[in-house]
Amino acid sequence: MARKAAAKPAQSNVPELTKEQELAAYREMLLIRRFEEKAGQMYGMGLIGGFCHLYIGQEAVVTGVTMASKKGEDAQITGYRDHGHMLVMGLDPKGVMAELTGRQGGLSKGKGGSMHMFSNEHRFYGGNGIVGAQVSLGTGLAFASKYRGDNTVSISYFGDGAANQGQVYESFNMAKLWNLPAVYIVENNRYGMGTSVERASGQPDFSKRGISFGIEGEQVDGMDVRMTYDAAKRAIEHARSGKGPYILEMLTYRYRGHSMSDPAKYRSKDEVSTMRAEHDPIEQVKQRILEKRYGTEESLKELETEIRAIVTEAADFATSDPEPPASELWTDIYAPA
Amino acid sequence: MPTILMPALSPTMEEGKLSKWLVKEGDTVKPGDVLAEIETDKATMEVESVDSGVVNKIIVPEGTEGVKVNAPIAVVLGEGEAAGDLTPQPAQRAPEPVSAAAVAEAVASPTPTAPAGVAPVAILEVASDPDLPAGVEMVEMTVRQALNEAMAEEMRRDKDIFLMGEEVAEYQGAYKISQNLLQEFGPQRVVDTPITEHGFAGLAVGAAFAGLRPIVEFMTWNFAMQAIDQIINSAAKQLYMSGGQVTAPIVFRGPNGAAARVGAQHSQDYSAWYSHVPGLHVVAPFSAADAKGLLKAAIRSNTPVVFLENEILYGSTGLVPKVDDYVLPIGKARIARQGKDVTIVSFSMGMRYATQATEKLVAAGVDVELIDLRTLRPMDTKTVIESVKKTGRLVTVEEGWPQGGIGAELSAVVTAEAFDYLDAPPTRVTGKDVPMPYAANLEKLALPNVDEVIAAVNAVTYRS
Repeated sequence: MARKAAAKPAQSNVPELTKEQELAAYREMLLIRRFEEKAGQMYGMGLIGGFCHLYIGQEAVVTGVTMASKKGEDAQITGYRDHGHMLVMGLDPKGVMAELTGRQGGLSKGKGGSMHMFSNEHRFYGGNGIVGAQVSLGTGLAFASKYRGDNTVSISYFGDGAANQGQVYESFNMAKLWNLPAVYIVENNRYGMGTSVERASGQPDFSKRGISFGIEGEQVDGMDVRMTYDAAKRAIEHARSGKGPYILEMLTYRYRGHSMSDPAKYRSKDEVSTMRAEHDPIEQVKQRILEKRYGTEESLKELETEIRAIVTEAADFATSDPEPPASELWTDIYAPA
Repeated sequence: MPTILMPALSPTMEEGKLSKWLVKEGDTVKPGDVLAEIETDKATMEVESVDSGVVNKIIVPEGTEGVKVNAPIAVVLGEGEAAGDLTPQPAQRAPEPVSAAAVAEAVASPTPTAPAGVAPVAILEVASDPDLPAGVEMVEMTVRQALNEAMAEEMRRDKDIFLMGEEVAEYQGAYKISQNLLQEFGPQRVVDTPITEHGFAGLAVGAAFAGLRPIVEFMTWNFAMQAIDQIINSAAKQLYMSGGQVTAPIVFRGPNGAAARVGAQHSQDYSAWYSHVPGLHVVAPFSAADAKGLLKAAIRSNTPVVFLENEILYGSTGLVPKVDDYVLPIGKARIARQGKDVTIVSFSMGMRYATQATEKLVAAGVDVELIDLRTLRPMDTKTVIESVKKTGRLVTVEEGWPQGGIGAELSAVVTAEAFDYLDAPPTRVTGKDVPMPYAANLEKLALPNVDEVIAAVNAVTYRS
């Protein structure tokens, strides 16, 4: 469908969201943004250790896709830039933040960290630290769906960097071979760590990466939640109807570094500020809400206050919750019989 | 050479079935003509004529099972050759690969190799396993059949169990471990994969996250190095990283260790590699009974299991208890023979060397205690420590490399836990610290052998 770069203005046949959808998308994206800003701040204070990959700028991708999925039924899996996915899927922000600070109330009891959080209940399978591994794992989730015939879909997110991993193509092949209900979301944020797509990829159009396997793909404006939602609806329907896998390349952008320790010298400040000023996914929704009178400055401010309270509560919990007891070192190694 | 001999189709083939003759006595054959079809547990192949001549005599009729490699199967007379002495020539001793396997096979065979006059040592008394009811009927079967039965029984029990791997379905398994499973369970549950270890291992782990119970067959563990990231980073660590939420009930299985004459990349022992990793169970059975009972346990385990088989052991036979549901505990060693002079600890293929050495040592008056670890993680160090406290001496036997090996681990454990009981330094018999060479003589040198085990026991008992 739509083949356009993120930097281009929205085209004419843009799908419209309902009032409820616009407001829900705004709320979800704002929660991610404020949560991640807080996480960045806490990292700077030394409260969060190790790696911390922020999702700021990419909010429209996971928000639109999740809106198009069956929450709690369809499985989702991603790499290590995973906080946004968890929040949108409905995992408790307190549990996410407490995992970032390594506390016992964290989603993984403090034993996983930023890159490793999961929820069987919400069908979220991480949170995976090895670049590209989630694509094979997500294909396995799709295999399980088909094996059981439960009509669910598996959605696997990976970056432009991971898209060059060999196991991604092994997985594409098997997904098409067995017509698995797998949706692959390439979150192309232009840089695999510090290396631009142009410097790393022979075929920089990732929507075409499935061609040799017979997998359809689309390039999508990943900064516009209407587009991500609309494309994801098509892709998920394709997979759910038994037609097999589908690839969506979401053209997006991360405002922050690859991780907190990234000096970001591989791109200009202008590039970042231009994206922020002209394509911010949250601002776009906000403008529409105001234009269409789905809300007022006043009501949006109230929402903002509400979101801030959630984030503050999460941060407070994550800093006051105790560290896991030493006995936790020795648990969860072998599963009960 | 008028006599046609039973050919070997693979380096580890010891015998096969002569399934069909395509010529009859009196037929004229020329080079390239197909004479017969032979079948092994691994493959079916045609025997072609090398020379021109007339089929004078068919020695082994079609349909004969268990025809030894190099046994005469027919006589083809060349031009001018008389039908003179038709007495079949004695089978030539096969070259190295077969003899290596044959030596190992001899241990498990009912024919004792101990010197005349010495009673054979009853080493493989599975019926003495404490978990078995008394008087249970024992059935003789190969390790291959035992593994096959284990999978089939478990798959009948639970439809969430499926088998995935290269050539597991239509080909019936590269080593025929999955024979007839496709026929019984269908292509949805016995899944042929492309040659993509990294991808399908990850796919299977993902399916396990979602609650299925995959059995992943690696054609050999050598190829699983492509997939080791998914085995360790995704499967083994998942429960811990998720704070106990997400399990990966999965079995990775296939032949491990040296085969025969397949060179460095296809001959190595991953026992120590995987036993290093918390979050995995690592099982390495030797006998057919253990293969069955432990594979069933592995499939039921909610912890990911690395199940290390051995190609050379696939064809060896043993007695398997005939009970409805033969499940052995993972993590429990078996005392194969009780003794008081020295403790020999081994597992999988190493047990062949250890068993044969034990027979000879016992014949020479050394009262060996032989322990088969069976599981490498969790390792039953308690049994080993208790034994060493009794004998004061430890010899370990494994095919893997010495540094960081199973023997190294046992030495450390025993030194720490039974130091005051030791009468000699713990001693390791291992594969040599080199990549596996191809040349027959070098390969033999690179692997541990019976004499090395005996020498180690002599050293720790100060008998040399």
